[in-house]
Amino acid sequence: MRHIISLLMENEPGALSRVVGLFSQRNYNIETLTVAPTEDPTLSRLTLTTIGQDEVIEQITKNLNKLIEVVKLVDLSESAHIERELLLVKVKATGAQRAEIKRTTDIFRGQIVDVTSSVYTIQLTGTSDKLDSFLHAIGTSSILETVRSGVTGIARGDKVLTI
Amino acid sequence: MELLSGAEMVVRFLRDEGVKYIYGYPGGALLHIYDALFKEKEVTHILVRHEQAATHMADGYARATGKAGVVLVTSGPGATNAVTGIATAYMDSIPMVVISGQVPSTMVGSDAFQETDMIGVSRPIVKHSFIVKHPSEIPEVLKKAFYIAESGRPGPVVVDIPKDMGDPTQKYEYVYPKKVKLRSYSPALRGHSGQIRKAVEMLLAAKRPVLYSGGGVIMGRAAAQLTELAQMLNLPVTNTLMGLGGYPGNDRQFLGMLGMHGSYTANLAMHHSDVILSVGARFDDRVVNGAAKFCPNAKIIHVDIDPASISKTIKADVPIVGPVDSVLTEMISIVKEIGVMPQKDVVASWWKQIDEWRGARGLFPYDKGDGSIIKPQTVIETLYEVTKGDAYVASDVGQHQMFAAQYYKYAKPNRWINSGGLGTMGFGFPAAMGVKLNFPEADVACVTGEGSIQMNIQEMSTCLQYDLPVKIINLNNGALGMVRQWQDMQYNSRYSHSYMESLPDFVKLAEAYGHVGMRITELKDLKPMMEEAFALKDRLVFLDIAVDTSEHVYPMQIRDGAMRDMWLSKTERT
Repeated sequence: MRHIISLLMENEPGALSRVVGLFSQRNYNIETLTVAPTEDPTLSRLTLTTIGQDEVIEQITKNLNKLIEVVKLVDLSESAHIERELLLVKVKATGAQRAEIKRTTDIFRGQIVDVTSSVYTIQLTGTSDKLDSFLHAIGTSSILETVRSGVTGIARGDKVLTI
Repeated sequence: MELLSGAEMVVRFLRDEGVKYIYGYPGGALLHIYDALFKEKEVTHILVRHEQAATHMADGYARATGKAGVVLVTSGPGATNAVTGIATAYMDSIPMVVISGQVPSTMVGSDAFQETDMIGVSRPIVKHSFIVKHPSEIPEVLKKAFYIAESGRPGPVVVDIPKDMGDPTQKYEYVYPKKVKLRSYSPALRGHSGQIRKAVEMLLAAKRPVLYSGGGVIMGRAAAQLTELAQMLNLPVTNTLMGLGGYPGNDRQFLGMLGMHGSYTANLAMHHSDVILSVGARFDDRVVNGAAKFCPNAKIIHVDIDPASISKTIKADVPIVGPVDSVLTEMISIVKEIGVMPQKDVVASWWKQIDEWRGARGLFPYDKGDGSIIKPQTVIETLYEVTKGDAYVASDVGQHQMFAAQYYKYAKPNRWINSGGLGTMGFGFPAAMGVKLNFPEADVACVTGEGSIQMNIQEMSTCLQYDLPVKIINLNNGALGMVRQWQDMQYNSRYSHSYMESLPDFVKLAEAYGHVGMRITELKDLKPMMEEAFALKDRLVFLDIAVDTSEHVYPMQIRDGAMRDMWLSKTERT
C-alpha cells in the first residue's frame, strides 16, 4: 500500500542524505520526495511517498525515527489528510487543439500560465491521481515536457506536526 | 576563562571526559592535534601499525568496559582504513568515537591530497556523524558524540575535523560541557509498565518457557538482573553469540549458545517452547534459521532498547521497548509482588525434557579421536582449564570463533570479545590488545586461526612498543576452516581458495617481533605448554597449535529449516 510519510528534521547539511541513504541501504523504495525549510528555519519538512507491506512501512518509520536528525514523524495515510502535488506541463497547442486543451484545463481546474503561438504551459495541483488523469486526458502525443513536484500533504482537522 | 586552539580543545576535552587511552595513527590533516597531544600528560595515545587495528583496539576496550573507545585517524586512507572497524562496532552496537582528520575546510570538495568524504563513506555504518564547522563548537560536538555513542542502543560516531579547525594561532574560549541535549534524540528510559506486567504473567503461566538473551544484556549491564530473574523462575537460558556471559556459562540452567552453531539442547528447547522471553537480542538470521518455521508454538516477549529491532524478522506478541536493566528489574519486582511461582510439576517436566536432550554427554559433545592429532575443541577446553575460566577471550572469525563460543564457559559478562554481526577477520588480536592495555593484570587470550591472525599480524610490533603481553592461541589447521567446512558440506569438497599455502613460521615471526613463540603438535604438550605460556606474565606468547584440518563445527543448522533442524556430526542429523 502507498504511504505518505511526513517528517520534521534538523535543517542541517547531511540530514537529507541520511534519509535518502536509509532507503537505499535497507532496500526500501521512494516514489516521491519533497523537502523545504519550515517557518522555523532550524527545521525542514520532508514528505515522501513509499509503497510497501505494513511490516515494511513499520520498519521504515522506526528506522527514520532512529535517525538523530529526524525530530518528529507522521504517516499521513493513517488518518484523514490533504494531499497535493504540483504539475507543470508544456503541450503542443496549435489550431483546433488550442480550444480543446483550454477546455480540458478548465475541467481539471488548471491554469494556463504561459502561452506562445504553438505552446501552452499548464499548471495543475491536486492528488497524484488527478494529475495522472489530466495527463491521460491531454494525451501523450501533445505533451512536450512535464515536471511534477512530488507529493506533499498535511493532516485534516486539529492535528499538527510540530515540535 | 581559558583560551585554546581547536586542536588543544580536542585533547583537553578527551582528558576532561576521562579518556585514558586513544588509538590512532598521525597524518597531515591531524598534525595540529598530534602537536597538542605531544604536550598532553593524561591522555595516552597508542600508535598502531594500521588504522583498522586502532578501531578494533578501541572496540575491545569498549566491549570489556561498556564505555566508548576513542580512535584518531587522519583524512583519506587513514579514515578509509578505519571503515572496517567502524562497521564491526556498528553491527554489534559498540560505543566508539572516531575522530577523523579532514583536509582544510577551504579545500573540501576539491579532490585535495588525502581527501575522502568520510561522512559519506561512513554514513551507513555509524549511529551518527558530525563535521566540525567552527573550532569553538568542538567541545559540544565531541560531548554529543560521546553521549550518542554510549546511550540508547550504542554505536560508533564519527567526528570529521578539517585541518584548519585545529589552527594553533586561533584560540577560543574552552568550557567542558557537562551535559548536552538533543531535541531529536531521546532513548527510552524505561519500558511500558503494562506490557512488563503482561510479560511476567505470560512467563508465570508458561509450560515450556525459554529465556533467550543477546548482546544487549552485556552492553546494557543487565547480566545480574537477568541471572536473578532466570533463577527466580527456574528458566532455561540460552545466549546468542553476542550474549555469552550474560548468564553464567557453567550453571545448570544454561543451555549453551543457540542458533546456527548452537547446542542441540538450546535449539530444541527453543523449538518446543511455548513462551520465549527475548532480552537484548535481535532475532538475527544466524539465530532464527528459517523465519517461517521459527518456534511454531511460541508466544514471544521481546525486550529491546531499539524499537526497530522488535518485530523486524519475527513478530513479537509482547513488545517492550526500554533499557534491559530497568525492564528486568521491574519484572523481578512484579514477580515478587505477585508472589506466585510457576507450578513446580510443570517446571519439573519441562526440565526433565531438557535434561533428556542434554543427555550425559553435555551440551557440545565431540569425537575426541585417538589423541594422535589435536582437536581444536580440546584446545579451547584446555584454555578454559588453564585460565580457570576467568580470562578475557577475544576471538577472530571462523571455526575457532565457534569453538571458543561453545567450549569456553563464560561466567561473567564482558569477557567474551568477538565480532558477531560483521564477522571481521583480523578483529581478535587488536581487540585483545585493547583489553590487555586497560586490564593489565588480567589474562587476555586471542583465539585465532592462521587465516585471521595474518589480517592484523603487524600489531605484534605495537605490542612490543606498549608492552601488551596477550596470549595468541592460533588454531592452525592450515586451511580457512569455516570456508572449507561449507565447501565440504555444500560444494562436494572442492576447496576453492580455502587453504593457506606458504604459511610463515609463526614461532620465528613472533621472535622477530621480539616476543615468544611456541609450536605445539602433540596433545601431551598442549596443557603444559599453555600453562607455561600463561605463566610468562609479562611476555606476549604466540602459541601456534597444529589442529585437525578435517574437523567441522557442530551442530550446524540446516539452511531455511526450523531451529531444531541440525547436522549433529558429519553423518547424523535431527
